[in-house]
Amino acid sequence: MSAIIIRQGLVVGAHASSVADVLIVDGKIVEVGTVDDAPSDAHEVDARDCWVGPGFVDLHAHLREPGREAAETIESGARAGALGGYCALVAMPNTEPALDSVALVAYVLERGLRTPLDIAVAGAITKDRRGESLAPMAEMAALGVRLFTDDGVGVQDPSVMRRALTYAKPLGVRLAQHCEDEQLAAGGTMNEGVLSGRLGLVGRPALAEELMVLRDIELVRLTGSPLHFLHLSTSRSLEMVVRARDEGLPVSFEVAPHHFTLDESACATYDPVFKVHPPLRSRGDVEALVEALRRGVVDAVATDHAPHAPELKDLAFDEAPAGMLGLEHAASLTFEALGPSPDPQTFFQVLSRGPARIAQLRRDDERVRHSAHGGAMVVGTDANVTVFDPAGRWSVDRHALASRSMNTPYDGRALVGRVSATIAKGRLVVDEGRLT
Amino acid sequence: MIESIRGRSLLSLDDLSKEAIVEVLDTAESFVEVNRRSIKKVPALKGRVVASLFFEESTRTRLSFETAAKRLSADVLSLAVASSSVKKGESLRDTIATIDALGIDAVVLRHRSSGAAMQVSRYVPHVRVINGGDGQHQHPTQGLLDAFTIRQVLSEQRGTTGLESGSELFHGLKILIVGDIRHSRVARSDVAAYATLGAEVRICAPGTLLPDGVATWPVTVVHDVDEALAWADVVGLLRLQSERGSGAFVASLDEFTFTHGLTVERARLLKSEALIMHPGPMNRGVEIDSRVVDSSQAIVERQVSNGVPIRMAVLYLSVAGSREGQAQ
Repeated sequence: MSAIIIRQGLVVGAHASSVADVLIVDGKIVEVGTVDDAPSDAHEVDARDCWVGPGFVDLHAHLREPGREAAETIESGARAGALGGYCALVAMPNTEPALDSVALVAYVLERGLRTPLDIAVAGAITKDRRGESLAPMAEMAALGVRLFTDDGVGVQDPSVMRRALTYAKPLGVRLAQHCEDEQLAAGGTMNEGVLSGRLGLVGRPALAEELMVLRDIELVRLTGSPLHFLHLSTSRSLEMVVRARDEGLPVSFEVAPHHFTLDESACATYDPVFKVHPPLRSRGDVEALVEALRRGVVDAVATDHAPHAPELKDLAFDEAPAGMLGLEHAASLTFEALGPSPDPQTFFQVLSRGPARIAQLRRDDERVRHSAHGGAMVVGTDANVTVFDPAGRWSVDRHALASRSMNTPYDGRALVGRVSATIAKGRLVVDEGRLT
Repeated sequence: MIESIRGRSLLSLDDLSKEAIVEVLDTAESFVEVNRRSIKKVPALKGRVVASLFFEESTRTRLSFETAAKRLSADVLSLAVASSSVKKGESLRDTIATIDALGIDAVVLRHRSSGAAMQVSRYVPHVRVINGGDGQHQHPTQGLLDAFTIRQVLSEQRGTTGLESGSELFHGLKILIVGDIRHSRVARSDVAAYATLGAEVRICAPGTLLPDGVATWPVTVVHDVDEALAWADVVGLLRLQSERGSGAFVASLDEFTFTHGLTVERARLLKSEALIMHPGPMNRGVEIDSRVVDSSQAIVERQVSNGVPIRMAVLYLSVAGSREGQAQ
């Protein structure tokens, strides 16, 4: 079919890295080492001084289809993802209507097959994400759905959440929670603190997140059902979940790039591009997240890519919807956050292997026709590979993004580290930083 | 720190220097005189266009701004906009762009969302934006007219003039602000103005109506209303803003009156020369008793009438003035 030869990159395996060539034929890695006998028609990717590792997996992408195609489609989201080095995206269910039925899940999966990436679906935990009655998780699981969440909001009622965990456990799926107690968050629009008081904006307290984290850790202890914590943003949330994980509870968590690169001070301009839930937190929280990333205790970096049509971000701060773009710059921001001499192992752990494990992306499910992700870069595995240039430099230009929306908080920001090639399902989708 | 509002937008009092504030107060003094003439008009802004854009209902502020602009001979474009731009289906940016396309020099903006004035100043950087009150953030002209009124009344009592007083009489002046600080843009502007001018500011409110991070404000939080009233040279009351949801922050309006209302009994604790202020509109019988409003110590009407000269001063400095070193 097709062959790609990635030359002389630092191949980042599961436990060690070494400079090698990687030969890909017909969607599989067929050789790692010094490749002398590549097919003559093989496409050459020069990866000198680059990192070559398993393609990134995003656990948290709002692809907006169906319902808000003006902001993003599965197709445009996939292009944005490919440019960001992603080979698989988990589409969040807060679409219109919400992904809470077999028909809607099938629709998104089918759309996803038309893109070069693997598009997985996170189904809703409750019908219409209202937090009241359970969505048909078993039916959706039978279609290959492995993650369920009401993201956008958390499941507020503890008895509903307990029931959902208990119901999900035998299905072999994992629930994921957007932790914020909406009553305590009280319709707030930024982090609660000195700044919100001065700006006259209603605050969303850190405690609104931490209380639900605490509650859900105890519900996991009670039910034994696995739970993934979405976009943890405070130092104490992190502490609690890491401790629970160390105790052996089946919990995992992700952090989002905006939470470890931006703090609440950005809101002082009242630019709604900085409005997000959970909100940008204090300097101390940002430092705690960065520290956790560097120590390698973070399970996954996830984008919470949340496109919004421009006119919605031209409203007043409290009227504008929450959320910001993430797919195209997450890898560079993660690379920068990892410090002056970032460890490639950690980098691919948080962007690929960790999230792939949580999303349970594998190829043994015929119905979804997904490939396997987060692999060890060894012969015989599916060819989902990202080539990342640690010395690459680029600037974010909101008008030049593949996303249909422009609501990036990093417009104009110069970044170090760049995705130079993305090979998804054996196909070269991005080469030299551009879509092929 | 902004040293003068000449040629600039006025969005907040937080970042104004003492000199900038005094400049506005001094400028307003000359406009007080204009307002006493039989022909209350000067040609300072002749040919300039001031748009008055109120996204939130307001009678007095709007009237006061438009009167001020007209007395400066500006053309006034007055636009009543639906209270929510979302409901209207038009973004804030589009509304502003439409007004801007008509050709304007300044816009006076009132909006129920905090930060709207700053956003607008970003959308139309060539237009001077005067914040006429944004959500729970700032109401700078109210803060300025409150400071102006205090200076005016105290100067009169001392047999001098506001101009001669400068900022001197604020040094060590004991100002108490009572009531719903949390939801009040007036309180934020008042605190900034008073503290910058050198006053000693205390605030007193039910715990739920104190703002987040109040410990970092240039004020002392006190809990004993009676003691604070006896201490104060000036008492500023605030509207209990039940329309902003502060009703749920206290048990009842009645209880608020019981704990923090300026009742006739409490008013007796005041020093005889202490001044009582309220930005209006008042909830008579809630934060202030009707009989107290009508007492000689209350200077609420002076506040209202000073609204025009202060807004004339702000418009004049902002629109006619040019920043230092810049061509007009």
